[in-house]
Amino acid sequence: MAAPVVEAAELTKQYGSRLAVNGVAFTVAPGECLGLLGPNGAGKTTTIKMVTCLVPPTSGTLRVLGMAMAPENHRGIKARLGVVQQEESLDPDLTVEKNLTVYASYFGIGGRAAAERAAELIRFAELADRRTARIKSLSGGMKRRLMLARALLNTPALLVLDEPTTGLDPQARRLVWDRIRTLKRDGTTILLTTHYMEEAAQLCDRLIIMDEGRIVAEGTEPDLVRRWVGAEVVEVYLDPEASEPPAIARLAAGPWRSEHVGNVLYLYLPESAVGPALFTALEGLHFTRRHATLEDVFLTLAGHALRE
Amino acid sequence: MMMWPTVGALRVWRRNLESWKQYAPSFFVAQLGEPIFYLLAIGYGVGRYVAEMGGLPYAVFLAPGIVSTTAMNTASFESTFGSFTRMTQQNTYVAILATPCSVADIVVGDILWAATKSVIGVCFVLAVMALFGLLTSPWALALVPFGFLIGLMFACLGLVATARAPSYDFFNYYFTLFISVMFLFSGVFFPLANLPAWAQTLAWFLPLTHAVQVSRALVAGTPTPGLLLDVAWMTTISVVAYVLAERLVRRRLLV
Repeated sequence: MAAPVVEAAELTKQYGSRLAVNGVAFTVAPGECLGLLGPNGAGKTTTIKMVTCLVPPTSGTLRVLGMAMAPENHRGIKARLGVVQQEESLDPDLTVEKNLTVYASYFGIGGRAAAERAAELIRFAELADRRTARIKSLSGGMKRRLMLARALLNTPALLVLDEPTTGLDPQARRLVWDRIRTLKRDGTTILLTTHYMEEAAQLCDRLIIMDEGRIVAEGTEPDLVRRWVGAEVVEVYLDPEASEPPAIARLAAGPWRSEHVGNVLYLYLPESAVGPALFTALEGLHFTRRHATLEDVFLTLAGHALRE
Repeated sequence: MMMWPTVGALRVWRRNLESWKQYAPSFFVAQLGEPIFYLLAIGYGVGRYVAEMGGLPYAVFLAPGIVSTTAMNTASFESTFGSFTRMTQQNTYVAILATPCSVADIVVGDILWAATKSVIGVCFVLAVMALFGLLTSPWALALVPFGFLIGLMFACLGLVATARAPSYDFFNYYFTLFISVMFLFSGVFFPLANLPAWAQTLAWFLPLTHAVQVSRALVAGTPTPGLLLDVAWMTTISVVAYVLAERLVRRRLLV
């Protein structure tokens, strides 16, 4: 097997007494798309900022593209990285095209080579009719595609995306996904963070779920769903006015895991549990039945409590 | 560990130039208008009531001070409001840090850019001075490279403030307590020679004092070797401020 593109062990970042990232270990294989999922403050962004030389680790080992994470290697590592940060960081006073050629210059790509690469990436980002437009005239989706195009100028060996579609409407999001899938098909190695389960399921070959600075689960999407949730989920909507303890007791006693959150009772069902006994128990109750998803895994592991 | 700047600094400088191009006309108007108004109002307006100052007609005395303050103000605004906007509002620094450029490249690129704008400003003031017949010595042309040094010094100082600024409001302190004080007490409007000794000593520590001294000698065409000491002191201030600025920006960005 080829050497990993990213290799982290016991990776830790401490701010004062707070452990933002607490001894995580993971690898990213060449050509793989690895997704980091987790609630706010889970340590996803800190982790990828360490990978992109923006946050010096407190302890642990980190190798990126075969190089140890150390100040003397930053230049060499960053030369082969493509990074789309969470915050918009385009040059507002430059046109779409100039944004790309100026950014290319930081990689030592200039003149004709820069112009050609910019033209190619403007087509890739579907911004051909906006080549000479200023940044403030672009929509959120266009800006994000331009950020993605900018991260590809140096044909990176590792593309790092921090919440690539946060704040975009569904159409704009799908177009960004489509572009990322194209890159995956071409063999680009990708490390991304996201809040969106659907995004993770659509794009990532493998997922890491983080919470409070630690990795709490790791695997492919179907694996994670099967292991942590089951095949199906039934959500029973309880009437806050009525007292239904017998029904709840009946349902909670079944051969499945259940969870009572607010006025909803969640039943996490393995394949074997979906049968007559279940439907008898549900009789007369208001409920929906659906496939288990990554969101259920996420809520199971990270809990339902709001993180702010 | 301090990293040495590389060719990346010139690329950052180039980026700032490209972003600025569309604003150049308004910059030119300001750089041309200000020295004209100062010379008219104070050099000639006030000057009518002042027989001479430091042995010179007042406008001749004042003009080199305007050269120095133009270089100071231009570099100070660019390295505070300009650099702060790039560091915070526009996330330009963070975007550039994702490329092979280092913090040192970004800081040096911004300093060089601020000093470049100072030189442009100085050239406009020199043009105005020529128009008013105030340029008589070829030594005055040395103000172009010297304007770059003034710009470098104030850009380095400005970036130290920027690195620690929590918000734009912070620059009120910087401009009121530092830049304005220098504007008024560095020998721009009156010679320092007749001040009490303690005031002269205080003024000596103001970076602008040395810039004004050298500028005045160059315009008068009477530079002396002693001025090299002023240049050396200005260079020292620049180097110390740069080292501090690079370290503080690095601490702010790479956490």
